[in-house]
Amino acid sequence: MARVVVDVSLKPEILDPQGRAVQGALGRLGLEGVADVRQGKQFVIELEGELDQEQRAKLEELAGSLLSNPVIEDYTVSINESTDSGSTAGAN
Amino acid sequence: MSARIGVVTFPGTLDDIDAARAVRIGGAEPVNLWHADEDLAGIDAVILPGGFSYGDYLRCGAISRFAPLMTRVIERAHEGMPVLGICNGFQILCESHLLPGALARNDGLHFVCRDQWLRVENSNTAWTTAYSPDSEILVPLKNGEGRFVADDYTLDQLEGEGRVVFRYLRGNPNGSYRDIAGICNENGNVVGLMPHPEHAVEDLTGPSLDGVGLITSVIENYVAQESFA
Repeated sequence: MARVVVDVSLKPEILDPQGRAVQGALGRLGLEGVADVRQGKQFVIELEGELDQEQRAKLEELAGSLLSNPVIEDYTVSINESTDSGSTAGAN
Repeated sequence: MSARIGVVTFPGTLDDIDAARAVRIGGAEPVNLWHADEDLAGIDAVILPGGFSYGDYLRCGAISRFAPLMTRVIERAHEGMPVLGICNGFQILCESHLLPGALARNDGLHFVCRDQWLRVENSNTAWTTAYSPDSEILVPLKNGEGRFVADDYTLDQLEGEGRVVFRYLRGNPNGSYRDIAGICNENGNVVGLMPHPEHAVEDLTGPSLDGVGLITSVIENYVAQESFA
């Protein structure tokens, strides 16, 4: 069993109005010193068996096409296998 | 024979009926298409209407891009068929990479619904030849994720090549970069815009009749091609 986590966030230069609204709320609720908040999304994908090279390549491709839009978003892919705790990360 | 203009319905599309009515009022024959179809039914042009296809899940337009019909639309768009994306349709065209840039959440976070003035900055596209250059039109606008964004290189390229087709006038509703409301591809056959010209085709329901020109433009160009054929 392998668990793949894909994190997607807006590129730093793209205004994140949701993050800004959360930043305001954090301040109003008593958290001082919040310099910035960026809101992203996370996909947790569970795959049966061990990942082969083809699946790894396909995951990387889909993280950069379906799961994120490279025009406005960055992504990282982390792979955790039960027998292999190593991870890979890529940013586009 | 009148031009046949397809109107695509995805699960969650809202404005297909209005788009089809606009096509009829403009003088063409609307052809209803379903996202799962693989055949474009001999259409001469196609409209991707507004709404919330696939519930806007993942990103607006991100899943629709992979619909079976879109594969054919993308092929035909590259061959020169006129394609118009309105609102969610514009988002689908950007996700399909038929148009550059992306549509992000409005800077004010609010869903904006109002009548909006636009300037038609390019009256040479397949969908805008019926407008005189720099005409100002009034059409409804309604979106939550309508902020057009792209990197500076892309924005400069769009401006330099005259590919900004519509620009917001008298107030930018959503923080779109450079007040951009609509753009086209290099050949001018693919046009996308966030506001809704299909809601401005009848006195009873629209703020103007300014939206009809998109349909009459594509018909004029179709008739011109037919007479040369």
